[in-house]
Amino acid sequence: MSVWGVTQRTLWKDLRLEWRSKDAINSMLFFALLVVVIFSFAFDPTAEESRQIAGGLIWVAFLFAAVVALNQTWARELRNQVLDAYRVSPAPATALFMAKALGNFLFVVVLEALMAPLFVVFYNLRSVGPVYQLLIVGALGTWALVVNGTFFAAMSIRTRSREIMLPLMLFPISIPALLAMVDATTSILTGSASPAFWIRLLAIYDLVFTTVCLSLFETVLNAE
Amino acid sequence: MKKTFPIFAIATLGLLSYALYQALVVAPTEVTMGNVQRIFYYHLPSAWVAFAMFFVNFLASIWYLAKRTAGSDALALASAEVGVVFCTIVLLTGPIWARPVWGIWWTWDARLTSTLVLWLIYVAYLMLRRFASGGQTPVLAAALAIFGFVDVPIVYLSIRFFRTQHPQPVIGGGPGSGLDPRMWTAVLWNLAAFAAYGSLLVWTRYHMAMVERQVEEAHAQRALESDEGADQ
Repeated sequence: MSVWGVTQRTLWKDLRLEWRSKDAINSMLFFALLVVVIFSFAFDPTAEESRQIAGGLIWVAFLFAAVVALNQTWARELRNQVLDAYRVSPAPATALFMAKALGNFLFVVVLEALMAPLFVVFYNLRSVGPVYQLLIVGALGTWALVVNGTFFAAMSIRTRSREIMLPLMLFPISIPALLAMVDATTSILTGSASPAFWIRLLAIYDLVFTTVCLSLFETVLNAE
Repeated sequence: MKKTFPIFAIATLGLLSYALYQALVVAPTEVTMGNVQRIFYYHLPSAWVAFAMFFVNFLASIWYLAKRTAGSDALALASAEVGVVFCTIVLLTGPIWARPVWGIWWTWDARLTSTLVLWLIYVAYLMLRRFASGGQTPVLAAALAIFGFVDVPIVYLSIRFFRTQHPQPVIGGGPGSGLDPRMWTAVLWNLAAFAAYGSLLVWTRYHMAMVERQVEEAHAQRALESDEGADQ
């Protein structure tokens, strides 16, 4: 079977599993909702202030929520030794990685689509800059979090304290991506500056780390 | 090892003392900042040694993934640990110097922030080494080391742009081009001394890691043998 074929089948299997259990999306949604509510108590912003800080709030909420889903990525493959079966099968490891990363990307995008209206309502948000740019930032930023997150989740599943290790690795490496997402979002919402530099930086970040992930994944999957 | 190590250690000690003399006595007192500026002779060499250590860690990690030798993994571990120690020194001496000179302990300036992020990345690396179990530790650590090193230029680029957009709370801070020649001598002596000291630490740590590995292997071997004995 081709790389794309394996990717497609694995992705389809994960989506079906998620559709039936709704484990990842439910826990992410509720977690993000809690973060939104707690933030609005913590800061109590006016409309103008919330436009200034919304970029940071939105992405921190999504980052925390994404970690919840990312931690479950590989955990479900441990049951019945599915991951070991993958290892001995001739299917390319990169296909498995791409399927998992795409799956997580879709979960987080669904989360963002559902949470965005809530942010608008709770924080009285109204964008000054063009909204389509937010979609670009959203797509690139989500991929930046998810591609490294899927990789580090595969690493943290091998460590003693699984759930803790993922954010400990993901957050420091994601700092430039997070900075780019937050600043791009803020400059679009306030209309004060062009987000062009940050969008380019995110594109470079995505390209670089997708390459690194794909080239190292097989090594990490087979680490004994 | 038995002969060269003490010689190297004594030479390092000599270098460190001479560098201390250079920094505290020979180098002239800075006009505006006064004696507190002398912390510079420890701050800058520590930073360079830390960056060099992280580079060694990156090379050793790639070497490990390519060849899977025990030595390259031990070198990666040793250089990361020593690098984090020197990076911590940079982050501690920085505020001590900044407080009397700039009037603030910390500013989110490009160089400070990048160094802090670098420190965070390599602390995460050491955490992973501690939490990972068994024989897969070196592979996972080497993978994270590559991620960390690839991230550094992107971090620097992003933070530079982030800060140049905003008004700088502090202008300057580096010694600039107007450094007194005697100051340069002190800087170079201290750089040599700290590089020697860093190498000495890495050397020691490397041998510790190798011995630890031998001890573990011996334990595993003994457990295996006693199992075989029980089976019979």
